[in-house]
Formats: sequence, structure tokens, C-alpha cells
Amino acid sequence: MSDDGPGGASSPATEWKLPSVRKVAMISLITAESALFCIFLVAYAFYIGKSLNPPSPKEILEWPILASIALLSSSGTIVFAEKALYGGRLARFHCWWLVTILLGMTFLGYTAREWYEFIHHRHFTLATNVFGSTFYSLIGLHVSHVIAGLVLLLLVFAMSLVGKVRAEHHEHVEMVSWYWHFVDIVWVVVFVVVYVIGR
Amino acid sequence: MGAGRKALPGLVQELVYTVDHKKLGMMYLGSGLVFFMLAGIMAVAIRVQLAVPNNHFLNPSAFNQFFTMHGTTMVFLVGMPLILGLANYLVPIMIGTRDMAFPRLNAFGFWIFLFSGFLLYFSYLGGSGVYGIGSAPDVGWFAYSPLTAKAFSKGHSTDYWTLSLLAGGIGSIATAINLIATIFCLRCRGMTLNRMPLFVWLNAVVAFLIILAMPPLSACQIMLCLDRYLGAKFFDTQAGGSAILWQHFFWIFGHPEVYILILPAFAIISEVIPVFSRKPIFGYPIMVMASVMIAFISLGVWAHHMFTVGMSSVSNTFFSASTFVIAVPTGIKIFNWIGTMYGGKLRMELPLLFSIAFLFQFLIAGLTGVMLATTPFDWQLNDSYFVVAHFHYVLVGGLLFSIFAAFYYWYPKMIGRMLDGAMGRWHFWLFLVGFHLTFFPQHIMGILGMPRRIYSYPADRGWEIGNLLSSIGVIFQATGILIFLINLLYSYYRGRRAGDDPWDAWTLEWATTSPPAEYNFEKLPEVHSARPLWDLKHPDEPDWKHN
Ligand code: HEM
Ligand SMILES: [Cu+2]
Repeated sequence: MSDDGPGGASSPATEWKLPSVRKVAMISLITAESALFCIFLVAYAFYIGKSLNPPSPKEILEWPILASIALLSSSGTIVFAEKALYGGRLARFHCWWLVTILLGMTFLGYTAREWYEFIHHRHFTLATNVFGSTFYSLIGLHVSHVIAGLVLLLLVFAMSLVGKVRAEHHEHVEMVSWYWHFVDIVWVVVFVVVYVIGR
Repeated sequence: MGAGRKALPGLVQELVYTVDHKKLGMMYLGSGLVFFMLAGIMAVAIRVQLAVPNNHFLNPSAFNQFFTMHGTTMVFLVGMPLILGLANYLVPIMIGTRDMAFPRLNAFGFWIFLFSGFLLYFSYLGGSGVYGIGSAPDVGWFAYSPLTAKAFSKGHSTDYWTLSLLAGGIGSIATAINLIATIFCLRCRGMTLNRMPLFVWLNAVVAFLIILAMPPLSACQIMLCLDRYLGAKFFDTQAGGSAILWQHFFWIFGHPEVYILILPAFAIISEVIPVFSRKPIFGYPIMVMASVMIAFISLGVWAHHMFTVGMSSVSNTFFSASTFVIAVPTGIKIFNWIGTMYGGKLRMELPLLFSIAFLFQFLIAGLTGVMLATTPFDWQLNDSYFVVAHFHYVLVGGLLFSIFAAFYYWYPKMIGRMLDGAMGRWHFWLFLVGFHLTFFPQHIMGILGMPRRIYSYPADRGWEIGNLLSSIGVIFQATGILIFLINLLYSYYRGRRAGDDPWDAWTLEWATTSPPAEYNFEKLPEVHSARPLWDLKHPDEPDWKHN
């Protein structure tokens, strides 16, 4: 063989780099979850104004301003936490991570209060009308994702307290943060569809 | 099988604990075959009932349960596990790696699939809510609302159906994510995207379709559960809900599902045809592009299943046209397969025989598909036997024939022994004749007005001969399958030893032993072209010099 052998990506000179398994898997998971949300969002949008009996969204929905601010800012604080971890400043990481958890819980608290009010005082449930069915299923799906995200956040927090999370685990933590961002972005869409368009 | 010829308890223990992609792959294939027999027995029962007019072999409710369980089983418990099993077994070896990206997630995917199967069949015991007097789901595999409403579907059979599909969906999504991560992140040195075997490419495309199309199915099932148990109104027309919405949501999943099942068939054919024609695949990059296009378009054609619900003519036109468009990349693929065979040195071994039959049958299926996508034509033939004929040409003539090709092609790799050729030929011819005898007349019965899912029919409609032929065909098919199953067992013990590379093939799975060792490759390979084994066997004329 006179020529210089098989070229391209496989020649020893160039190194062989592939994307990270965790990132690709997380992107795929988020894609699948987005497809799930799409269907519930479409159902919600499809049934706007089609309920045969009250209440209508206008009558009972209130803008979840504080909850949204809490959830959206948690996307910022988790980035600060990540930066801190990357730089190896663990104390800072702990702080920001805790703030993220608290903001997530604030959001959860708001939804709990909203649902309690609806179900207990207004007797508005999943079975009331199509608005109820789509409202509780869509918000419920999102909230269940917030809860899943919080469980992940708490796990990371607990593990970091016993010293199991260090700068070299940056990528694991980054994945949790991607998931959290995803939950946030979904909230923006849900907010627009339910509280802006739907009212 | 690595588990080899072992005592049963040891074998069971090994299979339950395993996270090896090869064993999981074989377990998928094995359970898929078991469910295939169950669904096959139901198909035979349906055909016996329909063989002659005014028959009373089955009672009407048993008939409804049988076609529902047959369809559901074939799609979710036969088609899915067989294709996922092949992907599981072959993809890691073909890209030169040791296992899937997440071996334990992989085991989870298998076990939850098996669980979903048990859940579905448990309805025979627990369906009516009283154990022992069960009833299976009887709402058809697409479970149109309002048949599934509490008022029309009493007892728990529909709930078993729902929960089973929910569980199965989660399992296949997990496996798809795993496949994507494996294919994109674990390729051996030099396995660039344009050197990946088409089998791997197509399975990547399928995995993407799964993560886009299965979640809508899960969403439907969740809504149906909420309707049935918490009084939600999604599909309750009395309360402002919509029955049509179910159809939209179901087919947003249902149509891509058909491509989830048929793209793996393309994947198999794309490996078999080149090897048995002694020519590299014709137009590799175009094949990849066509597959991606097919997958992409398939996400936007679902409402061609709904021309008769009375959509606007704009929607009808859109969905009709988008369906026609799919014929273009599909035609390109058929052209390229034929182009690969053209001028090749064809070896008429069983994998190639099944592949050639596939080509003809899939062509017919595609043509009847385009016919059905023509709105006024569909207005005439929707829910007639023509549709049954069409989709069985896709699913049996397409998917099943290619799965058989896969068994004959890769069994030597998995077991280390060849499948018996004489028995294989009997299987091929009996099944081929039986298949056409069963399903070809159904086109004509459909045109003559025979609706699908009827329990019986009077003798004055001119459907008798067709139905009788159709039922006779089933005997041929069943005999063929029986021979195939005997062959699988017989060759396991008595088959000719295969050696590492019995077909003189080109992809990496043939570079390791048959069956492959626990870790697939002692030393991970490095490739320089799309046909690494060709390069090894022909050092003076390697592929990489040409491209
Ligand atoms: C191999 C021999 C097979 C035979 C003889 C057979 C026969 C039948 C029959 C008689 C029906 C009922 C048609 C009706 O009255 O609506 C049916 C329905 C169906 N079959 Fe098959 N089938 C076979 C294989 C398959 C395979 C391999 C698949 C898919 C992978 C499949 C998928 C379906 C589906 C989805 C339905 C529709 C069920 C429904 O209406 O809910 N079949 N088949
Ligand atoms: Cu379709």
C-alpha cells in the first residue's frame, strides 16, 4: 500500500470524539416529554369555550404571577449553582441550590393553594366540565414534573451534603439542571395557553 | 445463546438477572414469538368463523374480543418486541461496542414490555371484575370512543387494555432513548455516521419516531383512564367532549406506529439484499435521506384514517396529498433495492427469498395505500375488507416477511448453527402461498362491500368464495409457521455449525464469534469504510480507497 492509509476521522492523528451519552439521552427524554405535553396542550386549546356548564376560565382563574416569577427565577439560580460547582466553590453551590429548591417549593405551594380553593370552596373538579378535565390534567401533568424535578434537586442536595457531589460531577448536575429548565419552559407555554389565551 | 444448554433453574436465574443486550434481545424475540402464536391462534379462530356464511363457531362477543386481542397483540406484543429485540441484539455489535448505553434501563424496558403483555392477557381472568368470569377487551385495537365509555364498556377489560398500552409505551420509550444514546455516543473508532450500516441508521430513525409518537399514545390512555375513573369529560359527547378528538390523538400515534413497524423491515432488507447480491447497497446516502423523509412525513398524515368522519375538504386534501408524498421516498427505496440486485451475483438463499417476496408484497401494499389515500376512494372502502387486505400486506407481507428474513440471516450468529434450508424452503413457499391466498381475495371482498369486523354474513352477497379461500389460506400459513418453529428448535440442537461468517458478509457482527462472547469483541474494532469486513478480506482492494 503506497498511499497513507485510510484517512478521515479514523486516522490515528485525529482523535475520535463522540457526544456524551448523558446529554443525548436527556435531550431524547425531553423530546419525548415535549410530545406528551403537546397532546395535553392541544386538548386544552381545543376545548376552550366548549364547556356546556360553568365555571368558565374567566370566572375562576387568577394570574399565578408570584408562582411564575418564583419558577422562572429558579432557572437562573440553578445556573448560578452550576457555575459555582464548576469552579469548585461548594459552599456557594449549596446556597444557590437550596434557593432553587425553595423557589420550586413556592411554586408547588401556590398550585396546592389554587387547587384547594377550586376543589374545596368552588367545587370545581376534573368532572365538572371539559374545562375542568383539561385544566387539571394539563396543570397536573406539569406539577408532577415539578415534583419529579424537586425530587432530583433534593437528591443532589442530600448527596452533596454528605460530600458525594464535587466539581467532577458537573455533568450529572448539569443534566438535572437541563431537566429543570425544561420544566420551566413548559410552564411558560402552559401559562400562555391556560392563563393568557384561555381567559 | 451465551446461556447455552443449561439446566432450567440456572437458565431462568441467568435470564432474570441479565443486563446483556444480546440476552435481552433474544428474550424479546422469544416472547414476541410466543405472543405471535397466541395472536395467530386468534386469527385462525376469526377465519374459521368467517369461512362460511351464517356460521356459529364463535359467539359475537367472543368474536369482538378475538379481533381486538389479535390486533393489539400483533402490533404491541409481536411487532414491537420483534423489532426492538433485533435492534437490541444487533445494533451494539454492528457499531462495534460492548453493550447499550444504559444496560439496566434496557432490562427495565424488556421486563415492563413483558408485564404489559401479562396485563393485557390477565383481562381474560379479571376483565369483568370477578375473577374467573373474565372478558377480554372488545373495542378494537384503536378503541374508538364512545365504545370505551363506561356506559358501553362495562367491567375492567378496557382498563386492562389501557394500562397495558401505557406500560408498553413507557417500555418502548425507554428502549428508544437507549438506542439513540447508544448509536450516537458509542460507535467504535472510525464508525462515522456515513459508515454506519443502514440497519443502524434505520433503527435510529425508528427510535426517534418512537419518542415522538409513543407519548401521544400514553397521553390518550391517561385521558381515557381519567374519563373512566374520575369522571373527566374528554371523550364524553354528552358533556361537550369530542369523540373525534380520540381519533385524532390515537392516529397521531397510530400512523407513525405503522412506520415504526415497517422501517425496521426496511432495515433488515437493506442488510440482506446487498450481501446476497454481492454488491454494496445502491445509493447509500439517498437511502438514509429517504428514510428520514419517510419518518418526518409520517408524522403529518394521521388523518387519512379519518376521511369518513366528515372533516373539511381542505383537511381531506391536505392529508390526502401528504400521504401521496410519502410514496416518493418509498419508491426511491424500492428502486434502490432493485438497483442493488441489478447485475449482482444473486445467491438465492432464504434471507434473499423472503426479501424478494417482501419487495413485491410491499409494492402492492404501497399501491393499495395510495388508493386508500385518495379521499373519494376511501369514502367507498373505509372499514371494508379492502383495508384489512391493505394493512395485512403491510404488516404480514412487509414486516413479517422481513422478520423471517432476519431470522434466517442472523440465527447463525445468535445460535452458532444454521437454520435448516429444506425446512426453510417449505416454510417460505407454504407461507407465501397461504399469505396471498388469505389476503388477496380480501381486496375483492372489500370492493364487493364486505365490511370489516363483522361477525357473520348472509349467503347472498357474493362473499362466500373469497371468504372460503381466505380461510383456506390460513391453513397454509399456519403450517408454514409450524415448520418454522420446528426448524428453530431442531436447528438449535442439530443445525449445521455456522462459523463466524457463514454468509461472507460485511458488517461488524460477523467479525466476532457465533454466538458472540459476553463482551462482543475482545478488542474493540476500528473501521475505515462502510464494509469493514470487505476491507479485511480484500486488503488489496479496500473500500476506503474508493470513497
Ligand atoms: C399471519 C396471519 C394473520 C391472519 C390470518 C390475520 C387475520 C386477521 C383477521 C381475520 C382480522 C380481522 C379483520 C376484521 O374482521 O376486522 C385481523 C385484524 C387485524 N390484524 Fe391480522 N392477521 C394475521 C397477521 C397479522 C399481523 C402480523 C399483524 C400485525 C403485525 C396483524 C394486525 C392486525 C390488526 C391491527 C387488525 C385489526 C384489528 C381490529 O380491527 O381492531 N395481523 N387479522
Ligand atoms: Cu396511516
